[in-house]
This record gives sequence, structure tokens and C-alpha cells, in this order.
Amino acid sequence: MPTILTPPEIDRKRDRHEGDEGTGNGTGNGQKPPTDKRTGGNGDGDNWDNHPQGHRGPRERLSAARVGLFFALGGDLMFFVALVSIFFVNKESGHFDAYSHYINEWLPTAIPSILWLNTGVLLLSSVSAEIARQGMFDERRTMDEWFGLGRPVSNRASAWLAVTLLFGGIFLAGQWIAWQQLRAQHVFFSSSMSSHFFYLITVTHAAHLFLGLGAVVGALLVLRRSRSMLTRQVLVDGTVWYWHVMGVLWLFLFVLLEFGQ
Amino acid sequence: MFATGHRAVGFGYLAISVIAVTVGTLLSLVMRLHLTWPDWPLPLHGPVLPEEYLAVVTMHGTLMLFFVVTVAPTAGFGNLILPAQIGTRRMAFPLLNTLGMWTMALALVVLLAAFAVPGGAPIGGWTAYPPLSESVLAGPGQGLGMDLWLASIALFCVAGTMGAVVTLTTIVKRRCEGMTWERLPLTVWAWFTAALLSVPAFSVLLAALVLLFCDRHLQSGFFVPSQEWMNGVMIEHHGDGSPLLWLHLFWFFGHPEVYIAVLPGMGLVSMVIANFARRRVFAYRLMIATTLLIGLLGILVWGHHMFVAGLNPFAGTVFSVSSLAIALPSAAKVLSWLATAWGSRGVRGRMATPMLFALGFVSFFIAGGLTGPILAQPILDEYLHNTFFVIAHFHLVMSMAAILGLFCAIYYWYPLLFGRKLSESLGRWHFWLTLLGAYATFLPMYITGLGGEPRHYAQLSGIAGPGARLLALTMPLQRHITFSAIVLMSAQVLFFWNVQMTARRPRLAEENPWQATTLEWAPGAMDGDDDDETHPRRHAYRNPCVYGEDGEGFLPQWSEDASLHRFPIPLKTEAE
Repeated sequence: MPTILTPPEIDRKRDRHEGDEGTGNGTGNGQKPPTDKRTGGNGDGDNWDNHPQGHRGPRERLSAARVGLFFALGGDLMFFVALVSIFFVNKESGHFDAYSHYINEWLPTAIPSILWLNTGVLLLSSVSAEIARQGMFDERRTMDEWFGLGRPVSNRASAWLAVTLLFGGIFLAGQWIAWQQLRAQHVFFSSSMSSHFFYLITVTHAAHLFLGLGAVVGALLVLRRSRSMLTRQVLVDGTVWYWHVMGVLWLFLFVLLEFGQ
Repeated sequence: MFATGHRAVGFGYLAISVIAVTVGTLLSLVMRLHLTWPDWPLPLHGPVLPEEYLAVVTMHGTLMLFFVVTVAPTAGFGNLILPAQIGTRRMAFPLLNTLGMWTMALALVVLLAAFAVPGGAPIGGWTAYPPLSESVLAGPGQGLGMDLWLASIALFCVAGTMGAVVTLTTIVKRRCEGMTWERLPLTVWAWFTAALLSVPAFSVLLAALVLLFCDRHLQSGFFVPSQEWMNGVMIEHHGDGSPLLWLHLFWFFGHPEVYIAVLPGMGLVSMVIANFARRRVFAYRLMIATTLLIGLLGILVWGHHMFVAGLNPFAGTVFSVSSLAIALPSAAKVLSWLATAWGSRGVRGRMATPMLFALGFVSFFIAGGLTGPILAQPILDEYLHNTFFVIAHFHLVMSMAAILGLFCAIYYWYPLLFGRKLSESLGRWHFWLTLLGAYATFLPMYITGLGGEPRHYAQLSGIAGPGARLLALTMPLQRHITFSAIVLMSAQVLFFWNVQMTARRPRLAEENPWQATTLEWAPGAMDGDDDDETHPRRHAYRNPCVYGEDGEGFLPQWSEDASLHRFPIPLKTEAE
């Protein structure tokens, strides 16, 4: 006895751009169940592979988004690889003075200790982000929400992402304080070679994190607004992976600034 | 206007390139006329001053390199053709894709704005070497003009990375069923490799641009020493930098860049030669491997631009070896093109215009490429560096080859994009005048370069000392080069006339006029902007380039049954 009540040939004619769960009004948003009940789970001869490309289940869009993010972050990390290479080159470079002595004028910049605190906060923000991300893929709750039984997944993820937003904000504020502390000690961007790098690295990283905060805000909006469960999952997943990579990158940059000078 | 369809984006990129190539070509005309007749006054402007000549050189290089041969083959045709060729209806991330195109357009506007600011366009060359690029004291265009240049190229890097991410994700995730990596047309492999190169190359250039900006405005010294004299003024920097560092960073971008420009042409030429020769590409798998290998070696050879810049001689040897190694995959490609074309089968339309342009590409690649191993040797480069020998080399192997690749793409895909075929007879005239014009323009530059003609010199006559006699010897050839360049430019009018004439003709009655086997020619492959079920789904059943023994029949990738397709009806518009 087939469990599908809608004949597939009628069903297929419908436009399903919003994702795999149909475009009926309010589907997957705690209102009414989606009209397209084919799950791609091979029941009734149904199979994601029979769907047109781009509609072969939630995995497809999710993995496309991840691949795109992977390449974009690859480019982004190359930017920092370039900066770090230049850091090492400049650290070793010098000039010959009038007496043919090789002079290396590199003087390390003392790193404000608040950066340790900031690093801890950033790690915590990554933990909360990861909890939000994993919650988006909790099978049972996701099904509940998909069927319209409340919004357990989105509410939970919103709460954890809000924590991430808060910690991320604290991190950026902490970086600002670090810059102010250095400023009070008359260490500016142009003070020395090592201060160039301190500011260059922390500012470009902060800019990336600022974008990350924007993405978190975007994800929070989508969690509230978007009707498609898949869109919510993809956006939270991408935002959190971006956040993690920026966190790990910061760990590396922090170790470099703290111990590598 | 802000349509996100990949076709709109592709045409947008092509429009950017058309503007850039028009301005860039006019600038090269100014250069040639000034070199040959230094007293010639530019209409509405007056005599060309030396610094203005340098600005023209800089803008010509920047426009052509960044906005023509990089944008058009990868982003332009990548967007127009790539989705259909891998059996999907759209690119991945349409919004990001559109954003990339508009960022690129903004980059072009910012660059062209440099002409209009006080001091004019930058004069430091398209490579923007410090210290000339890092102080306003270095010359008239090095103030706001140089800042605009930096901003424009930074935008270009961002836009280029966006486009590359979209391309990579599309190829990795959106291939249709049956389109395995081995069945991918070589054009797709080329776009893939070019995009793989773009991501790291553009990112590193962006970092270098940021640092140069700091050197200019924040007194840092990444690329300049702490005390630097320029035009009698001492400039203080906090740092012990060296211009060599900029060279490293710039060429780490700059060398992959030339492969980003020429790889799509190589891929297309492989497919076009195979299609008109009605044979499978000779050593198809090897062609895939050499495409990737050229990409890989391309990021390991940047030091060969720096042999005479104070590089450690041992490093020079390493870069020399890796540069010479590129000759291997390049030669393998040339041999495959020749071997594929050698056994051409079939009778009809074997030498159609796209095929002519593809063979022209091969010819330029050989004529320019053979001097590559010469320049890759430090000891020879010591003499040839910064002479016109280098200009001849890269204008033939990269610029002219890339341009012929672009024309090949236009003539080949024109029926697909516009439903009309460009006139064959006008196309032939266009091809032969372009080919001969380009050879007549650039081959003599090898000779003047060997004769000692330096790059970036605004004037070859009226110089004091023995150099004057040396350069005076090149003047007859200079005149010849200039006349040839004018012929080469005028020949392009034929192309635009061809487009104009074709627009009035009736549309083609048949699909697939070249009897091609790749998926973009499948009926209805170019329709629709998204995957939905109103369009038939694509499936790739076999490798591309499967042809019958007689060369007439062919087995397209989309055909489910294994019976040969035939094309017995002559095209209506072919009656000329």
C-alpha cells in the first residue's frame, strides 16, 4: 500500500525551488506539514537520484555550500600565509651600515596580556557555535520542526548563536582594548617593523571576524525568517565553519605573535 | 540590470573585456606612433611626454592583462558555456557570481578613473615595482593615480576570487549524471585549473597590495629601506624592507596569472581541433594531466622574472630548472594538437573559421613558446631582460595566443549563443589578417630586442652616447612594426562588421552546426536558468569527441543509444 497520496507525476510538476520540503506556504516553519512527502528514502520507488539536479535532497545544497566555503577559505588562508611569510622575511632582514656591519633592527612588540583572555573567549564562542551547528542536524528534533511541531531546532540554535555573537563581540572589544593599551604605550602601526605586523595581523583578522559576526547575525535572521529548514541548516553550517576556521587561524596567529617574534 | 542568470553575468564580463580591450588597443596605438615618430602630436592633446608614455604603457598592460585575457576566457566564457558543458542549468551561488561581476566592473571603472585624476594615470608599469610605486615623488601619476590602481587591482583580486570559487564549486558539485572527471571536456579541465590557480594567486597579490598601500601611506617599510632618497627628498620608513620582496609576491601571482589567461584557450583549442579533425583528442588523459601539470609548475616558477633583480644565483638555478620543465607539458600539448590535426577525417568544413583560429593559437604558442626556454636561462636573460625580446615572447605566447583563443571561442560558440553563424568568408579574412598582422608586429620585436631595444623607453631617438647609434639601427624596423600594428588593429574592424552583418541574417535552422559532441550543443542545453523539470535532464553517456570512421557521423555525449548521428542537411546560411 503506497504511503504517498499525491500521484508523483502531479507532484513533480510543482516548483520546488525552496528546498526539498516543498514550497507550500509555511512549510517547515511550525505551521503545516509540507505537501511533498517524498523523502528520497527509496520508499515507493522514490529515489533522490530520480530528482533533477539541485533537488536531490538536503545533502546536495549543503555540500555545495561547504565546497564553496572550502575554496573561499583556501584563498583567504593564502592571504594570511602571505602575511606570515612576509613577517618572517622582514624579521630576518636588515642592512649594512657604514662599517659593513649587518644590522638587524627587529625589536619584538610586547603583546598585551589581554590577548590571552581574548583567545579564551574566542575559543568559547567556537564551542557555542559548534553546539548550535550540531543541533541543526539533530535528526529527531529536525524532523519535528520539519513536520511543524514547534521550532525546537531553530530556537536552540538561535540561543547558542546569540552566545557566539556575544563572545565574538567581546573578543573584538578585547582586541580594541589591546590596541588602546598599545596606543597608550605609544606603540602605533608605524612604530617598528614588529608593530606593523602586530597591527596588520590583528586588524585583518578582526576584519574577518567582523564579517563572521555579520554572518552570525545573518544566520540568526534566517533562523527566524526563512521557511526552508534546509536554508537554515546551510547558513548556520557555513557560518559556524567560517567561525571555526577564523578561530583556529587566530590561535596560530596569536602563537606567532606571542612566541614567534 | 542586476539579473543573476549566469548568461547575463557572462555577457557582463565580456562587456568589461570589450571596453578594456578597446581602450588598451588604442593605448598601444599611441605607444607605437610615439616610438616611431616621437614628435607626433596626439590629436586633442599635443606631444606625448615621456611620463605620459609610461602611463600609457602601464595602463595598456594593466587593462590587457587583468581585464581582457583574464576576465574574458575564464569568467566570460566560463559563465556562458561551462554550465551547459557539464550538463547543469546554472552556476553555483548565483548571487555571489553576480556580485563578482559587478565588483569586476567597479574595478575597471576605478582603473579608468586614474586617467582623470590630477597627475594622471600611474607610470610604474603593470608590475608596479617599488620604490617607484611607493611614493608620490616618483612621478606625476604615482599619487592618486597609483592609489586608484591599487584599489582597482584589489577589487579585481576580490572579484576574481569570487568568480574562481563559483567556477570551482560548479565543476565539483554540479556536473550532471554520467559526467565523470574523465569525461569532462578539456575546456572544463582548463577552467578548473585556471580557477585553482586564481584562488591562491589573487589572495597573495591582495596581501601584497595591502602592504604596498601601508608603505605608501603609513610609513611602513615592507618593500623599501628605512631611509630612501627620491628626487632629492629623504623619505623615512620604519622597516628594512626590500623591493625584492614585492617582486616575489607580485610574481607569485604574476606567473600563475599568465596560465590563468592561456589555459582556457588551450582547452578550447584541443576540443575545437578534435571536432574539426573529426578525431578524438590524441592522448586525452595526457592532455588532462598536462593541464594540471602546467598549473602546478606555473606556481613554482615565479623567480624567472627576477634573475637580474638581485636574486640569489642558486635560487635562479632552481627557478631556471622548474621553468624549463614547463616546456615538457607544453610540448606534449603541442604534439597532441598536431597529432590530432594530422589525421583529419571528413570533408565538410574542415577548415572552418574556428578551426583556423585554433590552429593560429597553436602557431603563436609555438612561435612565442620556443623563446621561453631561452629566457628561462639566467645567463641569457641577463642580456635579454627588459628588452623587446621579452615583449615579443609574451605577446606571442600569451597575449596573441589568448586573443586567438578568444576569437576561436567567439566563432565556435556564436551559433550556440545567438542562433546565427558568423560569415565564413569575412571570418577567413579576419583570421589571415590577424595572424599575419600579429606576426608582422611581434616577430620583428625579437630582432629589435636582440639589437638592444629596451622596454619602457619613451623615445629611441635623440639619446646621447653610443646607445643612440644602436637604437637608431632599429628605426626602420620600428616603422615596420607600427604599420603592421595598424594593419592588425584595422583587421579587427572586419570582425565587428561580421557581427553587424550576421545580425541581419536569418537564424540557423539546425542545432549544432559544427556537429560537436559536447553537452552544450545538446538540443535545449542552453535554455533555462535553473534546474527544474520543464527542461529535459542531462546525462553524459560517454567521452567527448567520438566520431565515426568516415568523419561524418558522430556520437554526442548526450546520446543514449550508440548509433552514429549524422548531419546530412547542409546549413541554409552556409551558401556563400
